[in-house]
Amino acid sequence: MTAPPAPPAPPVSSVPIHVKRHHWVVRLTHWATFVLLAGMIASGLQIYTAYARFGERGGPYYINPFQDREFPHWSRLGGWLAGGLNWHFTLMWPFIAGGLLYLSYLVISGEWRSLLFRPHDIRGAIEMQKYYLRLRKEHPAQGKHNPLQKLAYTLIILLGALSVLTGFAIYKPTQFSWLTALFGGFQAARYWHFWAVWIFTAFIVVHVILVFVVDPASLRAMITGWYRGRFPSHD
Amino acid sequence: MTDGTSARVDRRGFLTLGLAGGLSSLVAACGWDGGNAIRPALLDVSRLNDWVGEKILFSKNRLAPQYPVSERTAHLPSYFISPMTPMLKDPAKWRLLVTGLVRKPMSLSLADLQALPRTTYTVKHHCVEGWSAIATWHGVRVSSIVERCDPLAEARYIRFASFDSDYSNGWDLASAMHPQTILAYGMNDNPLPPAHGAPLRLYSPTKLGYKLTKYLVSMTFSADRPGGYWEDQGYPWFGGV
Repeated sequence: MTAPPAPPAPPVSSVPIHVKRHHWVVRLTHWATFVLLAGMIASGLQIYTAYARFGERGGPYYINPFQDREFPHWSRLGGWLAGGLNWHFTLMWPFIAGGLLYLSYLVISGEWRSLLFRPHDIRGAIEMQKYYLRLRKEHPAQGKHNPLQKLAYTLIILLGALSVLTGFAIYKPTQFSWLTALFGGFQAARYWHFWAVWIFTAFIVVHVILVFVVDPASLRAMITGWYRGRFPSHD
Repeated sequence: MTDGTSARVDRRGFLTLGLAGGLSSLVAACGWDGGNAIRPALLDVSRLNDWVGEKILFSKNRLAPQYPVSERTAHLPSYFISPMTPMLKDPAKWRLLVTGLVRKPMSLSLADLQALPRTTYTVKHHCVEGWSAIATWHGVRVSSIVERCDPLAEARYIRFASFDSDYSNGWDLASAMHPQTILAYGMNDNPLPPAHGAPLRLYSPTKLGYKLTKYLVSMTFSADRPGGYWEDQGYPWFGGV
């Protein structure tokens, strides 16, 4: 009797499977957004310097740990207010275009299904959180993204939309007065626009840490498109 | 990783990431305005944004929201270019010159302007710096002047000039004709104070503060786009909100 052929390798194996992970649209928009967002934030911090508080003149002013403070020179883009504005109002177009291209790709390809956090992901998100808190030993089975990733990526897309919409509410508060009113007025829209910066920044920090700690192969996948790591299944 | 290839590619990926991050922080470093290579391109896009602002986003019929008088800001900041508050030596001799591509050039005294229909509104002022404040303004619509001076068909812009050093602004005709664009001679129910542009200033809740010429002396109709004090230094020309 000959030995039966070896069973196919389980998903988590020491010999990773090579899978195509990211379409070029995703890779292009991912890195373009990273660079553009850095430029948007840096020019935004330059613009903020011109009036470093929130609320109508005379107050009351909104709670802001950065009130009347200047961000360090190296973090600002534009040199002065007009320079900051011109950078900001230039980069905003490719930033928006990249976002729309990415969203169109998600919709057309059907890829949104593996990314959008939906109610049925709640249970999986709790299991995932348990794993990270060491309350369960084995990593829950997952598709392209685990439920916590879906939650994070869904929220960051919403944050991108929020930053664009609050941006327009500040850019044209008279022409878009309905939008500005929706965010609670001009100063409130400025305030949310500013907080989007810190949520983006926190996201990027955690995102990069998790890439290197949990799944370093995902970095290569975001560059070449090919993935050879721990989580090869693709839904 | 089991084979050297992937490890090497991951290193390469890591380097790429570092390069991208390094590049963007380098760009951000030193408050770079783009230098001679990029600054002109940024200004080109700014002209494109002027076009978008004027032709797509601006509506000649859309009115800025008005506020109750009780919401007025206690103190509206003001600024001027001259070292001291610009003041007229003899206010009685002051006239607003309406000139350029018009059939009926005019020289209007304050009394002439006050005899024309008055417009009053309480609106929010938006400064390019990011602050905002509410005040009441009254004066005569720029459109009332335009109707009376009878501009030529080729007149597409108006240059508003002041006696505050060389401060001036260029406006497109559509923005000037907006029903809320006025030549204001009053603020918060009182005559316009010197700090805010006495005897006459341009006001409109559809523009950023720097487009609202104070200490007016003339409005000149032209076919070519006039520059302006801040606009010539790189601020957006249209300055619409």
